[in-house]
Amino acid sequence: MSSRLINWFRYASPQSFYPLAGRMIPWFWGLTAIFLIAGLWIGFFVAPTDAQQGEGYRIIFVHVPASWMSMFIYLVMAFWAGLGLALNTRLSAMMAQALAPTGALMAFLSLWTGALWGKPMWGTYWVWDARLTSELILFFLYIGFIALQAAIDDPRRADKAGAILALVGVVNIPIIYFSVQWWNTLHQGASVSITKGSSMAETMLWGMLLMALAFWMYSIAVALMRVRAIILERERHSEWVKHAVE
Amino acid sequence: MQWNSVGEFFAMGGYAVYVWGSFAVCLVAMVLEPLLVCRRQRRILASLRRERLAEALETGSDEIQENR
Repeated sequence: MSSRLINWFRYASPQSFYPLAGRMIPWFWGLTAIFLIAGLWIGFFVAPTDAQQGEGYRIIFVHVPASWMSMFIYLVMAFWAGLGLALNTRLSAMMAQALAPTGALMAFLSLWTGALWGKPMWGTYWVWDARLTSELILFFLYIGFIALQAAIDDPRRADKAGAILALVGVVNIPIIYFSVQWWNTLHQGASVSITKGSSMAETMLWGMLLMALAFWMYSIAVALMRVRAIILERERHSEWVKHAVE
Repeated sequence: MQWNSVGEFFAMGGYAVYVWGSFAVCLVAMVLEPLLVCRRQRRILASLRRERLAEALETGSDEIQENR
């Protein structure tokens, strides 16, 4: 076997992932700062005023990144939870656990900024339309995942129950994404689509993409920080943790 | 740039409450979350250190007992 080949499975153990995560965190915070500064600069100073929504449209620079991340984090969380369920690996379940609160926060921010955008543009903070309701369900799925894991004392059983909930909840993600096509909703359709490209001014799109990258890097940084705490909490009786705190 | 003054920037064309209400809550949330995670990390580390100290004291006192 070639010695250049990195043994990725080595990092599947909490013991070797703990220091690796510690080394990665500062890099992700650095990337967050760079993308955030660039995104805010373009969002506030380069992107033009919208013809229809005036300056109110600038909420898009936090609303869309938060919404995208709320859905993306859920998929990643369900992936790790499912992997943990299938392979019975400890670290996968810890990763899922570390992602849930950040995902819940993104879903909350999506709903909050959406409400503040809806009020001036639609005249209401909230309507029970397909897009908004399915995003609210996503928020509840995160809360349910966290609460279910917290309610079961045995961590391995908590992982299994949480994983099943997370996997069943995946069905909600395409519902959120396609809700604006499947039903008549007040929410506008996708501004950016893989097949049709973008319907926005180029600078607006760049601002939005940079902010999305900033939110992405933020989520990775904070999830890695949380997974380190979870590793210590759950492996506290193992020998390596006892030696790690010396 | 479309802003002629600082006041105009903060007014956001009449949408100040909505735009700044969105950005401010995002900022607060994304500052608080890492701080809470840091606190969680500090707590588990402190608890592990206490446990280690307790174990050291226990084995230490055992040795004293044995030496008597």
